[in-house]
Amino acid sequence: MFAAATEAATEVALKSGWFLENAWVIPIIPALSFFLIIFFGKRMPKKGSEFGVASMVGALVFSAGAAYQWIQRVNGAPEGAFISPVVKTWTWWQNSGVSFGIGQHVDGLTVAILLVVAFISTLVQIYSLEYLRGDRRYTHFFASLTLFSAGMLNMVVAENMIQLILGWEIMGLCSFLLIGHWWEEGANSRAALKAFFTTRTGDIGLLTGTAILFFSANEWTTKTLGVSGFSIRGLSSWALSGNPGNAAITMGAIALFIAAIGKSGQFPLHTWLPDAMAGPTPVSSLLHSSTMVVAGVFLVARVYPVFFKGMDILGSGANFIVIIGGVTIVIAALLAFVQTDIKKVLAYSTVSQLGYMMMGLGAGAWLPAVFHIFTHAFFKACLFLGAGSISHSSSHHSFEMKKDMGGLRKFMPITFVTWIISTLALCGVFPFSGFFSKDEIIDNVGHNGYSVFMYVGLAGAFLTAAYMTRATYLTFFGQPRGASAGEHHEEESHDSHAAHDDHADHGHDTHDSHDAHASHGPHESGWLITAPLIILATLALSSGFLNALPFGEKFENFKKWVEPSAEVINPTGIAYVVGSVGEARIAADAPTDSTLAPDAEVMSDSEPVPVEDSHSTAGAGEATPEMLRSTTAAGEDSHSAEEGHHSSPCGTETPEQGVCAAPQLNHAPFKWSKAGLSMLIVFAGFLLSLLVCIQLYEKKNKKFVGLTERNKVLGFGYKLLVNKYYLDVLYEKIIVRSIAHPIAAAVYWFNQKVLDGVVNGAGTTAKGIAGWVYRNIDQRVVDGAVNGTGSVAQGAGSALRPVQSGKVNQYGALLFGAAAIGALVLVIVNT
Amino acid sequence: MFASDVLVAQNIGFAIIATIMVVGALRVVTTSNVVHAALWLVVVLAGAAAQYVLLAAEFVAITQVLVYIGAVMVLFLFGTMLTRARIGAESDLNNKNWFFGIPVALALFVAMAMALDSGFGSQKMPADPAVATTQEISDQIFGPYLLPFWALSFVLLAAVVGAIVLARRD
Amino acid sequence: MFVNQFLVLAAVLFCIGVYGVIARKNAVLVLMSIELILNSVNINLLAFSMRNGSLDGHTFALYIIAIAAAEVGVGLAMVLLMYRNRRSIDLDELSEMKG
Repeated sequence: MFAAATEAATEVALKSGWFLENAWVIPIIPALSFFLIIFFGKRMPKKGSEFGVASMVGALVFSAGAAYQWIQRVNGAPEGAFISPVVKTWTWWQNSGVSFGIGQHVDGLTVAILLVVAFISTLVQIYSLEYLRGDRRYTHFFASLTLFSAGMLNMVVAENMIQLILGWEIMGLCSFLLIGHWWEEGANSRAALKAFFTTRTGDIGLLTGTAILFFSANEWTTKTLGVSGFSIRGLSSWALSGNPGNAAITMGAIALFIAAIGKSGQFPLHTWLPDAMAGPTPVSSLLHSSTMVVAGVFLVARVYPVFFKGMDILGSGANFIVIIGGVTIVIAALLAFVQTDIKKVLAYSTVSQLGYMMMGLGAGAWLPAVFHIFTHAFFKACLFLGAGSISHSSSHHSFEMKKDMGGLRKFMPITFVTWIISTLALCGVFPFSGFFSKDEIIDNVGHNGYSVFMYVGLAGAFLTAAYMTRATYLTFFGQPRGASAGEHHEEESHDSHAAHDDHADHGHDTHDSHDAHASHGPHESGWLITAPLIILATLALSSGFLNALPFGEKFENFKKWVEPSAEVINPTGIAYVVGSVGEARIAADAPTDSTLAPDAEVMSDSEPVPVEDSHSTAGAGEATPEMLRSTTAAGEDSHSAEEGHHSSPCGTETPEQGVCAAPQLNHAPFKWSKAGLSMLIVFAGFLLSLLVCIQLYEKKNKKFVGLTERNKVLGFGYKLLVNKYYLDVLYEKIIVRSIAHPIAAAVYWFNQKVLDGVVNGAGTTAKGIAGWVYRNIDQRVVDGAVNGTGSVAQGAGSALRPVQSGKVNQYGALLFGAAAIGALVLVIVNT
Repeated sequence: MFASDVLVAQNIGFAIIATIMVVGALRVVTTSNVVHAALWLVVVLAGAAAQYVLLAAEFVAITQVLVYIGAVMVLFLFGTMLTRARIGAESDLNNKNWFFGIPVALALFVAMAMALDSGFGSQKMPADPAVATTQEISDQIFGPYLLPFWALSFVLLAAVVGAIVLARRD
Repeated sequence: MFVNQFLVLAAVLFCIGVYGVIARKNAVLVLMSIELILNSVNINLLAFSMRNGSLDGHTFALYIIAIAAAEVGVGLAMVLLMYRNRRSIDLDELSEMKG
């Protein structure tokens, strides 16, 4: 028996491979390439783009290798077992006892996102070769794009939160650079700044959350796992260990989620994303739809146990994440209806789809949400690249659907077909990829008891179908209009709404071939553009079959490869403790737990590469066979799992032995009736929208045209949508001013009355106070209340002026005076 | 017995040096001659170096003498000369709101004095502190505090480049 | 020796430095006042270092000396530049804002 057990143990030792062990190389490749482009790009025959494309191909090969080896690793392990991630850490820097690591944490989620990022980056760079040809900052464009990929890949392989923040911030910087690529246009640099500031607002949460979690988790993780409190593995296990206090983990999770809101364009902070469309279309396609904006979703998925515990997911009928996600789905989908700019429609669609992902994560549908990241990347990138193809070849660099498009299906057959496939995928039509991810989210959200949000999701699906029909109709059907009909536009005729997209192409306008193609009307784009479209459309069609629930378990590969098992594992994190294998479908000849368990240590020794962590020896000796056996026994007790699911204590109660790495989640069984219902809703959306579009745009039906002007309720709704719910007004006019103004007024008062008062003597002070009472109390408060805050705001500028006297000594006096007063107050209070 | 003698000597030394330093510092901020101010500053800095010796920080004291009195003061004197300040009394070294500094400084001092009094009251220094050896200090700098040291190197580099760029005539 | 005798000395120097920064108009003199402030901080660091029996204060005192040297270098370069452009190093005259 013993010999047999040993045999079994060697068999289940997790496989690994060179690519998996060295996944940390993946972000290094584009990072090196970035420097090559910056230093030598301009001297190269292709202006540095060859470095960019080559490095992305390299990253893609490495990612594919890692993904392949990960699949080997999963397939080699017994079903339902926890597949330990391939973790490596090196000390990056240390200071007085706190050390920060850098390394890799490769598991199913990592390889899936790595593959997506590397793949889409490669295609987008190839597409950009043609799209940006002749641009005046061609080299810099490729440099930023490559640096972005380095940052994103680094964030994905990150071993700890610090490394993740590093990648996160690099992405933010590149987003800023690329949105403002054509910064000569004022609107572009404004959009870039807005994106930067808005995401930075969220990033405060990232730093705060990381700090909170580090200080609460570090002691536990160092003692139990021998890793620092920044480590993703450590944080995940800590969150499920039952150790964290409620306040700490809740505050940490909320802070991190605020970062995710900012980065992933969730409800209150989504306003930057549509403006970010000011960047070149490849940028919108890569950063602002398929990869960078899912960073927030990725963050939540990455340290999911923290959110699971901190937000009490599955514990109650609603939580912060699911509410934000649900609200985002609907408000963004509604906004997509009033956009005339094709890229903005897609931008709001992205916001809305990100809402689905967040809602899924918030409702415990981890796997469908991650799968939606995966599929969404393909079809949304395809849609954006399609929009770019239209503007590049047909509409004279305009993105205005109503003005410059229409009837393009005849001129651009490839773009049209890929667009339609991606649209169907986006709307979740069977058997396109979106169906398998989005419907799963909706289904699981309902299954986990969030029924209100299931209906929100269905409503979102209806709206998605409707606005995409409208966009498709305006773009590809009807009669060609404006630039598509061969007219040249007058730059002056642009309303402000359109201005920032049309400018977008000034960079190209200098380029000769441009005017050449404008003269012979709309036509299909070159192969450098259509090839990525075709590849992406193929994937939009087929990638769903990686996790096609309706076809049975054989098709649930994504789940098998990516979802971490909720096993209780050995705390050293090297070996895995085989816990309960409660899957009903376990093969008959598979080794049973009892034969495996005593040899878990042997197994850990034969595991090719243990964690290369300097601390990993800390707890290694503690994993005694007794302990492993007891874990196994505990697992066997819970063998009677419901519906063939694992029954693991993870997530619901504190594991007695070992640690958990993932919470136990349920999966909704697939039912054709539910899928049928959502299909019905989607087709209703198509049909209704098509009818309205034909009436409105084709027949110019009197009943519909101008309805918003005649009907007050509709008019109000329209106005609300056009003004984007007045959120921008709220942020810029009200919040910023209400914070800035009282400070300005207080400083003004201090400067005028206190400083000058002291200088000019008591007499003037008295006079000044009297004057202040008159001006402020009498005039400002009494009259000001009447006259409204508008006039008050006007004073802010002139009020600030005297403070900025430019006299260094005065600044010094103010600084030290304030410090002295503050110090005195503190001392007096404390003594 | 012997120890207390040393302590008395230390206290007397401290008092003398401290008095010189305070007087010197006051002269730095009140004198009407820029060169005199620089020379008074030398007195204060030398006094500070002496206090460091009292505080068992010989290496820092030596660095103080080398860097401050040697290099920084030469810089100041050069700066004074290059800007062609009159080598004599000037009447307008203070700005017109100079007296505003007095209440601020006094308020700061009161705050700090109160805090120090309540915080350290009559605490005494350890009677026979170990003198820090240069080796120990280097172990600190190149051990746990290596990162600040790097940052500092960058600051110095930036300062050198910045000073050249600013002062260059072109 | 009391701990406070060093700390109070440092406080006195610090306040004198602050007074100098506020009262002086000549840029070189302002820089000198800043040196006073930095030295008072150093005295504090070393005093605490002795009190706690640790070497951290020494390390940071050395760092502050290095930073001070850099600051004086850049500061005097700026003063030179100012003098070259305006033939004056009065900080009062430096102000171009209307105030």
